Amino acid sequence: MNEVLPAPRLTLRGITKRYPTILANDAIDLTVAVGEIHAVMGENGAGKSTLMKIIYGVTRPDAGSIEWEGRLVSISSPAEARHLGIGMVFQHFALFETLSVAENISLALDERITPAALAPRIRDVAQRYGLPIDPARLVHSMSVGERQRVEIVRCLLQSPKLLIMDEPTSVLTPQAVQQLFATLRRLAGEGMSILYISHKLDEIRTLCDNATVLRAGRVSGTARPREESNASLARLMVGSDLEEQTLIPREAGEIRLELKDFSMAARDPFGTSLQHIDLAVRAGEIVGIAGVSGNGQAELLTALSGEALGAHGGSISLCGQAVDALGAAERRRIGLGFVPEERLGRGAVPAMSLTDNALLTGARAGMVGHGLVKRSVARLAARATISDFQVKCASELSAAERLSGGNLQKFIVGREIRLAPKVMLAAQPTWGVDVGAAQLIHHALIALRDSGSAVLVISEELDELFSLCDRIAVLTAGRLSPPQPRAQLTVEAVGLLMTGTRESAHA
Amino acid sequence: MNAEFLIAIITGTVVAATPLIYAALGELVAERSGVLNLGVEGMMLVGALAAFAVSVSTGSLVLGYLAAVCAGMLMALIFAVLTVSLQTNQVATGLALTLFGLGLSAFMGRKFLGLPIAGIHALPLPGLRDIPIAGPLLFRFDPAVYGSILLYFIIDRVLTRTRIGLILRAVGESPSIAHALGQPVIQTRYLAVLFGGATSGIAGAYLSTAMTPMWVEGLSAGRGWIALALVVFATWKPLRVLLGAYLFGGVTILQLHAQGFGLSVPSEILSMLPYVATIVVLVVICRDSKTIRLNQPASLGKSFHPDV
Amino acid sequence: MPELPWRLERRPEPSKVMRVAAPLIAAAAMLVTGFVIFAVLGKEPVNALTVFFVEPLTSVYGWGELLLKATPLALCALGLAIGFRANVWNIGAEGQLTLGAICGGGVALFFGVKLGALALPVILVAGIAGGAAWAAIPAYLRTRFNTSEILVSLMLVYIAQLLLAYLLHGAWRDPEGFNFPQSKAFDDNTILPTLLDGQRATWAFPLMLLLAALSWGFSSRLFAGYRMLVSGQAPAAAAYAGFNERRNVWLALLLSGGAAGLAGVCEVVGPIGRLQADISPGYGFAAIIVAFVGRLHPLGIVLAALLMSLLYLGGESVQLGLQLPAAVTGLFQGLLLFYLLAADLFVNFRFRWQHVAVA
Repeated sequence: MNEVLPAPRLTLRGITKRYPTILANDAIDLTVAVGEIHAVMGENGAGKSTLMKIIYGVTRPDAGSIEWEGRLVSISSPAEARHLGIGMVFQHFALFETLSVAENISLALDERITPAALAPRIRDVAQRYGLPIDPARLVHSMSVGERQRVEIVRCLLQSPKLLIMDEPTSVLTPQAVQQLFATLRRLAGEGMSILYISHKLDEIRTLCDNATVLRAGRVSGTARPREESNASLARLMVGSDLEEQTLIPREAGEIRLELKDFSMAARDPFGTSLQHIDLAVRAGEIVGIAGVSGNGQAELLTALSGEALGAHGGSISLCGQAVDALGAAERRRIGLGFVPEERLGRGAVPAMSLTDNALLTGARAGMVGHGLVKRSVARLAARATISDFQVKCASELSAAERLSGGNLQKFIVGREIRLAPKVMLAAQPTWGVDVGAAQLIHHALIALRDSGSAVLVISEELDELFSLCDRIAVLTAGRLSPPQPRAQLTVEAVGLLMTGTRESAHA
Repeated sequence: MNAEFLIAIITGTVVAATPLIYAALGELVAERSGVLNLGVEGMMLVGALAAFAVSVSTGSLVLGYLAAVCAGMLMALIFAVLTVSLQTNQVATGLALTLFGLGLSAFMGRKFLGLPIAGIHALPLPGLRDIPIAGPLLFRFDPAVYGSILLYFIIDRVLTRTRIGLILRAVGESPSIAHALGQPVIQTRYLAVLFGGATSGIAGAYLSTAMTPMWVEGLSAGRGWIALALVVFATWKPLRVLLGAYLFGGVTILQLHAQGFGLSVPSEILSMLPYVATIVVLVVICRDSKTIRLNQPASLGKSFHPDV
Repeated sequence: MPELPWRLERRPEPSKVMRVAAPLIAAAAMLVTGFVIFAVLGKEPVNALTVFFVEPLTSVYGWGELLLKATPLALCALGLAIGFRANVWNIGAEGQLTLGAICGGGVALFFGVKLGALALPVILVAGIAGGAAWAAIPAYLRTRFNTSEILVSLMLVYIAQLLLAYLLHGAWRDPEGFNFPQSKAFDDNTILPTLLDGQRATWAFPLMLLLAALSWGFSSRLFAGYRMLVSGQAPAAAAYAGFNERRNVWLALLLSGGAAGLAGVCEVVGPIGRLQADISPGYGFAAIIVAFVGRLHPLGIVLAALLMSLLYLGGESVQLGLQLPAAVTGLFQGLLLFYLLAADLFVNFRFRWQHVAVA
């Protein structure tokens, strides 16, 4: 007699979801077997998050069906999803900073159990899977890696049969990534199915059994990652080959940005203090700073941009001038450009038009005269930015919030570059941006460098830094390692430098 | 200054503090859920009128207080529908609620101007009241005063030891995360706001039936705003609300009894004291932005969109 | 929680139609509610609405009253609107108005005759300065000590009113005034001339229109106006651009305080003609409603001020004609703002019927 194969854990057929401005999911099919690690790949904006929200019951699909272990189901809330046996570890942790680990998990579980009664169970699961955490600790005192452990333990406490992991490694050091993979393999070995959302090709090829690739809301293909190369997987994601970046080595010119023994206490009680930072960026070079977020990047950027003024040790100078006491507007006048990490709300005012957003940093470029706004000049600048940087929008009158992430980023990068800054700061310049826009931004930054500007890029993506930078340094717990020429570094070496973080004690 | 004077001062302080305690504790609960309700003054006035009107008409203070609770909750319901369900700007809506409460209470209270009322009676606690010194001082207050202390204990316990308190705190820190976890954000906020309305109603009732037992337009004279300031002063912790309220009660009474202390300051200047004190207190608390950051509910004043 | 058959969905872009229509819808809803209220009170509703809204406008004097009341409302609201758009919530305009009256009135009382022809300009400037100075307190406390301007400016309202009472009961009281808390009547050269005989509206009204035009210019043409707008909409972007937040807060409060001070002084050297305890039926608070109903835009504010003025007149009218309390005005004002806030929602959101997920 033939053995009946167990039904797949999860089957999605024809899932469709429409939002007012976009068709997020278009007739998506997906199947995950018992004990399988299944990758869901795609760029930002491809529809992965929406699909996961549907599986986890946060949203309902407009069309299509879901089968769980062979039965048709309707998942109308996260509680129902958990009841079925689906657990989800979000990319952005769903944790309350002012509450303890046990309180957080108590809120997230469906059964009503007091934090006190929960504590021993937390310790038990944490130990069993090698994820040590202390139930009484307040979340705001924990590192990012530790917080992720809390999230995973939370899921595991409900004995899920399907675990969804949404971009789990974007906040981890390379070593912590390996630990996570070990945990996941162990879980899969016990029969748990895992949906692994990511756009990181190397990881997927290492970890996952199967992959479903999404592009622009549709399934563009399926694959067995171990049998593919990065190039072939990328082709499925973007439809064309990834371009190889080549930097022409240059003679760097005079020092444009210099930090000497710079220290600054964190203003935010949850922040990181900067300590004894030495950094010099020269004209005609790109220096990169690597590090997982939470190690002082935000503090370093606001110290450099002039948004954080105040007591500090050491000195900052721009183009040879001491700027310690100068604010953001004055630093721009000296020649600083800045692409911040947050687009909407910081790099651009959401409800204002692109023209008005050009005004934001364009005061010294002729857009303001005698205290009066010269809208015509701003409009021309906005139009030029839109055309030079291929920003897809209705016109320069479109509100910033109506542009997609990639297009808004192109606009902001373009706006800053067009001001011909002598020093350019770029924070996570291609975060959440599709491959085409990312390439354009990278080319623009390289062109800026070639034209003689000093460029500083702070990024979590080692690939990006390795393709863009002449020299790379690592920021850990507020301290900066001495920048080294890219040619002398490897990903592993940088990863090791990054483990000066707090979590290395437990790592 | 003799013992009687001292007792009068202390009694006066407690009585002055009681409506502040009710209003501020209720607002604290609302703000811990992330909702800033600037309409406390309006809710207090409507509660004051409701209590007065019903007590005078029915002769029953209990019914009067119940009416005040209902009136306060109705006002709070309007606010909740607008800010929690329809997501209107909380500052503007709270102001609208106050203006509306001022107008509504003035409008509906015209019949009750100048009417006398048999105010609330003291309820000396049997046995305890006869303890020397402490007896007359602490145990001969009216039921509402005891109620305010009880309310403090209840709220403190609920916030820190119960699940509903945990959910409230979570919602106040991040409604979007709470929602993602499947917690009832909208319901929690509704309940918190309605609770604030109920206590503001009681606060107003105390004003019109105990403190100055009568009804005039604008009876609360800004106490609703002081209650709001108290919540900030207390950095959203119930015990500090209690202490702050007594502090303010003290300032208010001092101003009334200044002559007794031998001070000859014009009465208008003395009347400014509570308001000046509020400003001073706010400055002292707010200047330390770290404390504020750690204690203020992170989502305070921001609208929450469940499905955007 | 039970699934509702509808939900609120963000529009892809804000509806321009609703932006203009919301105040109109709110006004209409207020009228309908008024209809119901009057019916419940036992007055014939159509007649009551006519007495409320139409009768005040049937004479030149009535129109004068309309403009007269609209002036301080609009003046305060213009200043407040600049602040609100910059996320600076000046709730204490009533107090700044009072201080403007005190300062301007003080100059009128003690220097009126000596100043001769210069009296009025000096008085008006004094009023503006008084209001601005009073608003400087919350500005300082916010920028230096991070204290909420909402609560501080509010407390200052009560303090200002007590200050006025103190002055009127004491040093500034009219010796021949039968002990009423009021000052001597101001001399003729210190009084704002009326626009037309037979009614009370003064040159303060055209002055207000001029300021409305200037305020429009400020917001749309001046970089300072742009900076304040960014500051209000996206504080992180303002910091990123290097806009000085403190300067914005000061500017917003000084402008709105000065405007409210001007409103106050125009009242006391206009229709009132002296300093007295009761100089404003809550204009400073009603101006908040005017600012919102007017969409924080100078033209909208002028129109909304006229509407709000009519509400005041209507209240007086039904008090005389129908023996209803004047407090009905406050009721309508609050309702108008509620309805506006609710209607405003539809600028950015719309109702959508829920699809039930296919199982």
